[in-house]
Amino acid sequence: MFMSKLKEALICLKAGRVTAAFPLGPEPHPPGDWYRGKIAVDVEKCIGCGGCANVCPARLIEITDDGPQRIIEYFLKRCTYCGRCAEVCPEDAIAMTREYQLATNLNDDLYIRTELYMGPCGRCGRCFKPASPLDKMMVTGFRNQSEGK
Amino acid sequence: MLKKLCAKAFPKSLWVYHVNAGACNGCDIEVINVLTPYYDAERFGIKLVGSPRHADVLLVSGPVTRQIAPALRRVYEAVPNPKLVFAIGSCPTGGNVFFDSYATLGGLDTVLPVDYFIPGCPPRPEAILYGVAVALGLASKKVAPITMTQSHPEEILKKFEQAQREYK
Repeated sequence: MFMSKLKEALICLKAGRVTAAFPLGPEPHPPGDWYRGKIAVDVEKCIGCGGCANVCPARLIEITDDGPQRIIEYFLKRCTYCGRCAEVCPEDAIAMTREYQLATNLNDDLYIRTELYMGPCGRCGRCFKPASPLDKMMVTGFRNQSEGK
Repeated sequence: MLKKLCAKAFPKSLWVYHVNAGACNGCDIEVINVLTPYYDAERFGIKLVGSPRHADVLLVSGPVTRQIAPALRRVYEAVPNPKLVFAIGSCPTGGNVFFDSYATLGGLDTVLPVDYFIPGCPPRPEAILYGVAVALGLASKKVAPITMTQSHPEEILKKFEQAQREYK
C-alpha cells in the first residue's frame, strides 16, 4: 500500500503544474470558429421577417408592431445558444459571436431590443413588408453611380 | 454595495453547496470540471461541501421544478447568513426552453433572491470561473442591455439625395 502511494506521488510530481491561470491570466482554450456564444444582431441588415422567432426553441424572440415600426426583443437570459436563428436568417443579420463571459448580477442585462422601420400598409397602417428594395438600392448605390466613381 | 459587503463577509474562502434543481446534469459536470486541478477553483478557497449548513454559497442548476421548489427553499433557509446564491446555466437564469412549462417555475429568481447569474447551456468552465471572478471582484461584468434602431428610410433618402447632389 505504501509503495502504491509512493507511485502515485511520483506520477503527480512528474505531471508538474497543470492548473491554468485563467481568470487572472490568459484563457487556456480560446473558443474556435465552431463556438456559439451570445448572438449579435445587425439591425441594418434585419428585414423583420420573424423567421428567427419561429425557429427559436426557447421562444425568446418577441415581435411587436407599433405602427410602421417593428420592435424585436431578444430575451437572451433563456438562450440555449443553439444557433438556429443565425442559421435561418435570410439576410445574415444574426451572428453567433464567441463571447461567453456573460456572468452578471442582473439577468435583465442579457437583453437586445431592435427597432425596425417596415413598409406600412397604405390602408390600415400596419407593417407588412420590409422597407422597399428601392430604399435598399439607395444605400447600396445604383449601377451608373458606381461606374462614375 | 453588494461587492463591498461580499469583500467584508467572505474574506477567506467560500464553501459551496451544489443543488440540482432539475438540471440535465450538463451544468453539474461543468461545475465538477471547474473544481478539477486544471481549472482549480479551489485556489480561490472554493470548496464543495456536503451540507447546506456548512456552506456560504448555494450553486443552483436547473429550471427549478415544481417538486424541488419547497426543498430548495428549505436548503436556502439552512444556509447560514451571509449567503450568496449562484445560478449556473441558462435554466436558472431565465428558465431556458422550460420557462413556461407547467412542471417548472421558470427560473431561479422566481423562488430565491439570486446574486449572480452565469448563463450558458451549459456554461464553459471558463465562464463559471469568470463568474466566480466577478463575484470575488477580480473582474467586472461585460454584458449590458442593448437597444438598436434602424436608420429611418427618410434619413437614408436624405443621405442619398445629398450624395446625388455631391455627385452632380
